Amino acid sequence: MTSADASARIRERFGVEPTAEGGALGVALPRERWLTFGRFASDELGCRYFNWLSAIDWKDQGLEVLCRVENLDAGLVVTARTKLGAGETRCASLVPVWRGADWMERECYDMFGVVFEGHPDPRRILLAEDWEGHPLRKNYAVDTPLAPYR
Amino acid sequence: MEVKPPVPQVPPAVWSEFKDLQEWEKHHQERGTDDKTSNTLASIADAIHHMPGGWVVTTSTDKIFNWARQSSIWPVTFGLACCAIEMMATFASRFDVERFGMVPWASPRHSDLMIVSGTVTIKMAPMLKRIYDQMPDPKWVVSMGSCANSGGPFRHGYHVVKGVDRVVPVDVYVPGCPPTPDSLMYGLLKLKEQVAEFQKTGQRSTTADRE
Repeated sequence: MTSADASARIRERFGVEPTAEGGALGVALPRERWLTFGRFASDELGCRYFNWLSAIDWKDQGLEVLCRVENLDAGLVVTARTKLGAGETRCASLVPVWRGADWMERECYDMFGVVFEGHPDPRRILLAEDWEGHPLRKNYAVDTPLAPYR
Repeated sequence: MEVKPPVPQVPPAVWSEFKDLQEWEKHHQERGTDDKTSNTLASIADAIHHMPGGWVVTTSTDKIFNWARQSSIWPVTFGLACCAIEMMATFASRFDVERFGMVPWASPRHSDLMIVSGTVTIKMAPMLKRIYDQMPDPKWVVSMGSCANSGGPFRHGYHVVKGVDRVVPVDVYVPGCPPTPDSLMYGLLKLKEQVAEFQKTGQRSTTADRE
């Protein structure tokens, strides 16, 4: 499974053109096909290694969720990304495919407020459980007085 | 963006989740007004002080007690971040604060001093307050390093308390990032000077007094 093979299969299956992002294949997906792509990458591309998952806040364009998975044997790296759309916070969870996505998605919920549907334990992971807001959103005012000790 | 004034503020504790801490603080405050021994001692000292020449007695006993206090300040071992490494170096044999009578002690209940060594996050602040509340009076706090003094490089972050003086009253601020053991020792010596001037026995200023 080389990078060229993988991009041909992605093009055939999902109808999107993979882009070269550094050494990785960048795949932009509609949010409905997020979990489908996860299963495809795991089973057919052999990406068994879940590297990271994060998000970007594009302000009025809404949130974008990214994840990076790798096939370590073939040296294949895939960066998948999906725009959720303005005002949308729901996204499919990748935990059914990779258990390693568990804490990453909890952190993503903690920092960006992305609600992962199908996540087994959707709690905050880093901040206190009574925390209000999601601090890595662009509209989060850092100096907002928040009891206690602000 | 509203930037808070740099005045030390200790807001009243508004614990929503920490029921046990709430109860602990209530107990602590009630005990403060209800402590018969302290009140009796304070009234005796007051009476002596109002006799002609009585101040000689009170000031000299103060001197003796303060000498005892400043000669055995036990800091509680409480390290939060990288400043704790410098604090440990200060406690170790090269700098050796034991010659000042300071024994790092692993229990807040036997300690007189808390060295807040490092960044206090909003999540950590309740635990810090709990350890401070567990220390017996009189107690002192040294704020070590930029983070504990003001929030330091994380001041405009979302999760850091902007100075530990918003949580507990601080006696000595040691600047630096992190302060060298020499700086911390200088701060501890300043604290000793401050303890030598310690006037009122027993009670410390509380949140209510400061407001």
